[in-house]
Amino acid sequence: MIPELGHYALVLALGLALVQAVVPLWGARAGDPALMGVAAPAALAQFVFVAIAFAALVACYVTSDFSVLNVAENSHSAMPLVYKFTSAWGNHEGSMLLWVLILAFFGALVAALGTNLPATLKADVLAVQSWIAAAFFLFILFTSNPFLRLADAPMEGRDLNPVLQDIGLAVHPPMLYLGYVGLSITFSFATAALIDGRIDPAWARWVRPWTLAAWMCLTGGIAMGSYWAYYELGWGGWWFWDPVENASFMPWLAATALLHSALVMEKRDALKVWTILLAIIAFSLSLIGTFLVRSGVLTSVHTFANDPTRGVFILAILVTFIGGGLTLFAWRAPLLRQGGLFAPISREGALVLNNLFLTTACATVFIGTLYPLALEALTGEKISVGAPFFNATFGPLMVPLLVAVPFGPLMAWKRGDLLGVAQRLSAAFAVGVIGIAATFAIEGAKPVLAPFAVGLALFVIAGALTDLVERTGLFRVAPGIARKRAAGLPRSSWGTALAHCGLGLTLLGIVGETGWSAEKIVTVRPGQVISLRHYDLSFDGLVPREGPNYRELTAKFTVRRGGDVLGVLEPSRRAFSTRGTTTTEAALMTRGLSQLYLSLGDNNPDGSITIRLYHKPLVLLIWLGALVMVTGGALSLSDRRLRVGAPKPAKSRAAVQPAE
Amino acid sequence: MTRKQRRLILIGSGLAVLAVAVVLVLSALKDSIVFFNSPTDIVEKQVQPGARIRLGGLVKPGSVARGDNLSVRFEVTDGNRVIPVAFTGILPDLFREGQGVVAEGALDGSGLFRADAVLAKHDETYMPKEVADALKKQGHWKHDYDKKAGASPDANPSPAGRAQ
Repeated sequence: MIPELGHYALVLALGLALVQAVVPLWGARAGDPALMGVAAPAALAQFVFVAIAFAALVACYVTSDFSVLNVAENSHSAMPLVYKFTSAWGNHEGSMLLWVLILAFFGALVAALGTNLPATLKADVLAVQSWIAAAFFLFILFTSNPFLRLADAPMEGRDLNPVLQDIGLAVHPPMLYLGYVGLSITFSFATAALIDGRIDPAWARWVRPWTLAAWMCLTGGIAMGSYWAYYELGWGGWWFWDPVENASFMPWLAATALLHSALVMEKRDALKVWTILLAIIAFSLSLIGTFLVRSGVLTSVHTFANDPTRGVFILAILVTFIGGGLTLFAWRAPLLRQGGLFAPISREGALVLNNLFLTTACATVFIGTLYPLALEALTGEKISVGAPFFNATFGPLMVPLLVAVPFGPLMAWKRGDLLGVAQRLSAAFAVGVIGIAATFAIEGAKPVLAPFAVGLALFVIAGALTDLVERTGLFRVAPGIARKRAAGLPRSSWGTALAHCGLGLTLLGIVGETGWSAEKIVTVRPGQVISLRHYDLSFDGLVPREGPNYRELTAKFTVRRGGDVLGVLEPSRRAFSTRGTTTTEAALMTRGLSQLYLSLGDNNPDGSITIRLYHKPLVLLIWLGALVMVTGGALSLSDRRLRVGAPKPAKSRAAVQPAE
Repeated sequence: MTRKQRRLILIGSGLAVLAVAVVLVLSALKDSIVFFNSPTDIVEKQVQPGARIRLGGLVKPGSVARGDNLSVRFEVTDGNRVIPVAFTGILPDLFREGQGVVAEGALDGSGLFRADAVLAKHDETYMPKEVADALKKQGHWKHDYDKKAGASPDANPSPAGRAQ
């Protein structure tokens, strides 16, 4: 009964989406407020029905209803409850349902919160949003229906892929999807603006919070995925330039660019056409990202086997939305008037530079990801484009951008003073140079570039702080006044500084990890001691354990430094009987910002075991930096200036700010 | 500065960055891409020793021999030709005899493939696409594989699923 209910709710949602896709648009053209008014309630109802469908699927999983094909293939009655929940979206069908749930949720948010939007814009936005939704409903219902029943229900499910039975991966896809789908709102706004042929700073003020929210989720989602790969896959890598990772990284780069160009548009009424184009590109990349992964087009060794029959449907959706969006852009963009002049050396100029480098870098990632596909289609030659390609292209493009980051926020709008800004950054320069010198002194020139990268990272961090110091007048005025100024500083300024600071921290972490990691792969016997850097690990023995749906073999290692016991590391190998798969659970020990990383390889008949031991200096900064970036985004999002039509007096600042 | 000059500067710097990117991409594509080859390809195309390639196929049953210090030797086959592979390190969890595998490295002068990375899959039913294609080409594709690799919607966990 429950799956049928979910199925039915999904069909109703499709019906509503079709109405919402046509009627408001027609109303907006005919100037009929009643027809336009259909959009908001339809969006809310659509969300309710998708929510019912999703709840039905989750209910099937929680109750282990193996008469449903999807549940039987991806769940197991012995699985812990939390993974029963999360396996609802740990598979293709369920994750697509989650995708439309989030899509409908955002549509409903626009409908509920957009009371001050111009009526035609709101109608257009919701209609476009609904086209996307309708396409996805059709995709789910025709090719990926999660509610299909089995004639003979099996007694037991086939279990969720063991590497996915992890809390990190439970949260990662929803976060990433919130980011992907959040960009659909900016796409809908861009398309609506093109249909309308009109765009103003108020448009940018509406779009920016959405981009910001989507960007935060993407940042968090990518960081979480990276951390998951780091501890779950058992060999200490945190970024592989895998097509699947690139698929989430490209929208992130585009969203970062969009965030900055929307700023120019909002404040200076310039870069309109570019911002619209970026909004279309950002969501297009999200769609490509979702589908490249889902369709199995990019079956590298890293992706998962998949059903290629969905490919045609997917291709049709891609062509419709990306092609349609770009065609509309080519046709209508000339209608948008350009405004806001600025000198090349100015805040606008700096933001253009940012966009230039980010989009170019995004393009190189795009080429690296899709070139093997194109080459195979054209010549049949199979190649793999790996980390060396991306390090050689993406890396050099990021350096000038990172150097420019501290300059941007210090530059004046319209016409900036490069020399003046450089002078104000002198302290940050000094920090960077000291960083380079200190690194050389301590670690020597090995690897050669690492000290310079440390200097660059410190420059970015110090530069971001310089901006705050300049704005509050710290060290120049009395501390009391500086504190008052700090309190009066708009939150978006804090947000900018924090986000840039986070970028520097992440860079520092990357340099530390790639430059100075130490690794040891050895075979050890019980009682033996292995040393890496300052740490001595003694192997105390193997202990078998029983988990809910697996058996594991845990190795106990005592970690000492100079004779003092620091703790115990217990890496393990888990054998999942249902799928006959083994996973490696690494053990981590955090020391400040660095980590000791231990994972198990094969165990041999004579009682010895193969281990990988890593010491990864500063590695935690990679994800902490991302966390700081997200916090910066959140601060910026809570800035009241971002909320259109809320011209409340400053004293209501303390009130709780709703996240958009 | 006139509007025209400003626009020229903007477009000029844009083109400059693009040009740099194009140069970077082209040089990187020349140096850092790796071609995929089946054992038959290696013999037929006469892949030069030292050229970095990916070798894909099935691990020949009974060929895995472990030595000291984590060194291991095995043979990769597509049913037609056999290439011996030497590797030092920990093999992936799913490395098994008779299963699909992709090794990255280069041939040495004696025809031995020295791998510095060995990739297998998360999922026991998975067959790397390149390997499947290569097997089909050699006519050694069994329907058994198809049933395992093709129609398994279960093997698709998340947008960030990746393997070693």
